[in-house]
Amino acid sequence: MEWIQQLVNGISLGSIYALIALGYTMVYGIIKLINFAHGDVFMLGAFIGFYAIARWDIGFFPALIISMVLCAIIGVIIERVAYKRLRNATRIAALITAIGVSLLIEYTVIFFRGASPEAYPEVLPKTYIDIFGVSISSISILILAVTVVLMILLQFIVHKTKIGKAMRAVSLDPDAARLMGINVDNTISATFAIGSALAGAAGVIFGVYYTRIEPLMGVLPGLKAFIAAVFGGIGSIPGAMVGGLSLGVVETVVSALGFSLWRDAAAFVILILILILKPSGIFGKNTREKV
Amino acid sequence: MLKVNNIDVFYGNIHALKDVSLEVNEGEIVTLIGANGAGKSTLLKTLSGLLKPKKGEVLYQSQQIGGKAAQTIVKNGISHVPEGRRVFSTMSVEENLELGAYLRHDRDGVKKDMANVYDLFPILGERRKQPSGTLSGGEQQMLAMGRALMAKPKLLLLDEPSMGLAPLIVKRIFEIIKMVNEQGTTVLLVEQNANMALSIANRAYVIETGKIVLSGTAKELQESEQVKAAYLGGL
Ligand SMILES: Nc1ncnc2c1ncn2[C@@H]1O[C@H](COP(=O)(O)OP(=O)(O)O)[C@@H](O)[C@H]1O
Ligand SMILES: [Mg+2]
Repeated sequence: MEWIQQLVNGISLGSIYALIALGYTMVYGIIKLINFAHGDVFMLGAFIGFYAIARWDIGFFPALIISMVLCAIIGVIIERVAYKRLRNATRIAALITAIGVSLLIEYTVIFFRGASPEAYPEVLPKTYIDIFGVSISSISILILAVTVVLMILLQFIVHKTKIGKAMRAVSLDPDAARLMGINVDNTISATFAIGSALAGAAGVIFGVYYTRIEPLMGVLPGLKAFIAAVFGGIGSIPGAMVGGLSLGVVETVVSALGFSLWRDAAAFVILILILILKPSGIFGKNTREKV
Repeated sequence: MLKVNNIDVFYGNIHALKDVSLEVNEGEIVTLIGANGAGKSTLLKTLSGLLKPKKGEVLYQSQQIGGKAAQTIVKNGISHVPEGRRVFSTMSVEENLELGAYLRHDRDGVKKDMANVYDLFPILGERRKQPSGTLSGGEQQMLAMGRALMAKPKLLLLDEPSMGLAPLIVKRIFEIIKMVNEQGTTVLLVEQNANMALSIANRAYVIETGKIVLSGTAKELQESEQVKAAYLGGL
């Protein structure tokens, strides 16, 4: 029974990784950039949610939506200001820029509010539900439900809507997409908006679940979500979902086995193993990249 | 319908098109023939807005479109079937066709045109749910053409539709080009396969290392000694 409890914890953590990993993978899929500032958008999402709940006294769902909308806008601004002009630059230039944007966001937040952590207000009633003799917190269930709904929504957008089809077309072949009349710049912005909104949602969920947020909180989850995306196959949306959930469960199991000090190392061991065994990831295409 | 006046196009400092002029009249099939690397694809990419001319003008229905965004040009009625087909490989046949109609908002018209494409290329109808990357080369060429037709173009730009295809399939593709033209679409056809291209074209241009070196009716070029020696020999 203890194990089921751990599994639930692992899935909750994994949901957060998965939501962040989706943004990494979508952005990589469309412009082949590892957006290292993505973990910081997650942090901003957590703070936006925090201020919305603590200062404006609004509920979880409105805070979630406000955070998603603002993060979407922030994501688009980051793309337009920092990355757009680097589309034809070398990858290393873009990567360094991403790291620069990441540091800029982190230290701007610290500049304005200091580095001290913040305790997330309790917006959700903490009750426990008994399922097959295991008591599971209602927050876990809500998190899982929100994650599942967001993922279904994402699948719907990507596969059924015009903008989703444009996103896939641009990620497959930007010039051919242009010939269809697709506005590649707007499509890339939409991708950043969606990925960043998901990171914002993950931030609020993280705050509610772990109750403690701080300006550098995006670094490690960001890195791990990136590993989750690589594990699933970078560029693959189902890969990011499965990769995130698996990583959350693995970490929780490693802790539960009594190796809690090794918890963070587990992700990096996984990264090394994938890079050796299957660099394209579980859902990755085995084709080499076009040059 | 289309008038290209003295354009120069560069890739960095590579001068790919030099003072190129050419004209396509409404209802025609015009072909541009030339060897590999002559600048044929560069010209089509300039017409469809993927490249910008450094000098000169591109007039389409008397409007300057040189250097305009690709989407503006598609909207104005020019569709480009790129070299190597460039279908969206992991997307289904149907999704590829839908993307061809990306700028259209007339749902019923799109549906009707999709049915027309399936009439024109029955094999695409059979494979509508299949990822386009699993199609054969000939089928992908048909899909790329069908996708371009979904935009309801007035002018269709075709870049080497015969490339890498078996003679029987090439024949079929050319029949379809002729059919599409007879239904009212003007065609600018780029080819290395000069024989086939001249057989369906009204007029033709020959391009060599970025310059137009010869032009005339298809018949004139078929009989020209220069063309025979360089492009029709052996075929
Ligand atoms: N992306 C590019 N960058 C630099 N040079 C290019 C590029 N594409 C084509 N070229 C050069 O421009 C010239 C014309 O190429 P292209 O238009 O593709 O010829 P064609 O279609 O007739 O085979 C060639 O010399 C080719 O090497
Ligand atoms: Mg070519």
